[in-house]
Amino acid sequence: MSKLHVTTSVNGQPEEVLCEPHQSLLDVLRDELGLTGTKEGCSTGDCGACSVTLDGRLVCSCLVLAAEAEGKEVGTIEGVANPDGLHVLQQKFLEHAALQCGICTPGFIVAAKVLLERDPNPDETTIRYWLAGNLCRCTGYDKIIRAVQDAATELAHEA
Amino acid sequence: MGDYAYAAPTSLEEALSVLESQANDGQRTQILAGGTDVLVQMRSIDKEPRTLVDIKQIAETNELSIGADEIFIGAAIPSAALNENDELKGLLPGLIEAADLIGSTQIQGRATIGGNLCNSSPAGDTIPALVVVSAVCVIASPGGSREVAVGDFVTGVGQNCLGSNEFLVGLKIPRPGNNSADAYLRFIPRTEMDIAVAGAGVALTLDDGGTCTSARVAIGAVAPTVLLVEAASAALVGTKVDDDALNAAAAACSDAASPITDKRGTVEYRKKVVGVLCKRAGGIARDRASS
Repeated sequence: MSKLHVTTSVNGQPEEVLCEPHQSLLDVLRDELGLTGTKEGCSTGDCGACSVTLDGRLVCSCLVLAAEAEGKEVGTIEGVANPDGLHVLQQKFLEHAALQCGICTPGFIVAAKVLLERDPNPDETTIRYWLAGNLCRCTGYDKIIRAVQDAATELAHEA
Repeated sequence: MGDYAYAAPTSLEEALSVLESQANDGQRTQILAGGTDVLVQMRSIDKEPRTLVDIKQIAETNELSIGADEIFIGAAIPSAALNENDELKGLLPGLIEAADLIGSTQIQGRATIGGNLCNSSPAGDTIPALVVVSAVCVIASPGGSREVAVGDFVTGVGQNCLGSNEFLVGLKIPRPGNNSADAYLRFIPRTEMDIAVAGAGVALTLDDGGTCTSARVAIGAVAPTVLLVEAASAALVGTKVDDDALNAAAAACSDAASPITDKRGTVEYRKKVVGVLCKRAGGIARDRASS
């Protein structure tokens, strides 16, 4: 099987990879580029653990072929923190204990970051619907929602 | 049996030529748009290698235009982009709501109306919504292009009239007038992310006095394919779309439905619920058309 040469950008860094035609972006991020912050949950687009951005749009990286990332900008959890420390969302997830096992957390933070960029002051219903594609089997979601609300408040103060 | 391969043609002609040359090599092909059905199915129920032909690099499949007479929605446009277009939402609220019902934010970022149609599930939410607004499929074909009404496109469960050397370019929809509106409702046992137990779409036009001059009613998940229910349309035309008319349309939908019993619902339940959905969607379409 002939491999495909894909040129893409991950968290602002140019990347070139060789991939199988049917290999997912998730597998290439984890196995070829060593970016293991993005998690594999269901691999059917149901759980959101593999959430990344593709040209700014939130997607499940398990449902994107690596070949489809040609010429695109990919954003992963590794690109969320600032050089000088955690992103506000990451800090708030810690403060609110919005995680237990942590497998779902990168997906939640990537998804919540896109929401707050589009809607800096979302109400609880908006947050819950936006994050409905991210499953967490530990927390019961309330702490996650509060962490996102608190992050929105803090980001509004910073602005 | 060949290997997996991937092609991303940049024109309709190139895409057709990829489909033809792969077929000549004995290689199976499959069109890839958003991939939210295709990739899941490729990894589970049907793993046979194939060439995935990605149609997202083609100008025509990315076209979204709202003309004086006609709206065109390219087959590669994700639901999220449709939902962000306020003019489109104002003109075709029912269709956009149907697209918005499918999957999570992440799925919305990839999934397309064209893909929902080509997947041809009996429960595809956008199909009744497309049928009631008289959408027409624009199909790239070796002979040029051909057009098929959405109501004639799906031929069975998971089956449609596309040949292996053809693909859907987009959907043409007559631009609704000021007194026209559509609505789509489905029932699921939760509020988000499930497959329809039953669905109903209604599009209608009112005259200045509020009398219905034309109506289309289509129901989903209650037969092998979406059904256009002419008797329900007839029950609305000539009325003010009041409760009596809506009840008659609902009864027509329940009569027309021929569902199966499965884990999502029984025959009796689906027949009842599809009528209720028709009544409610009809009321929403009426209120939209008169406002």
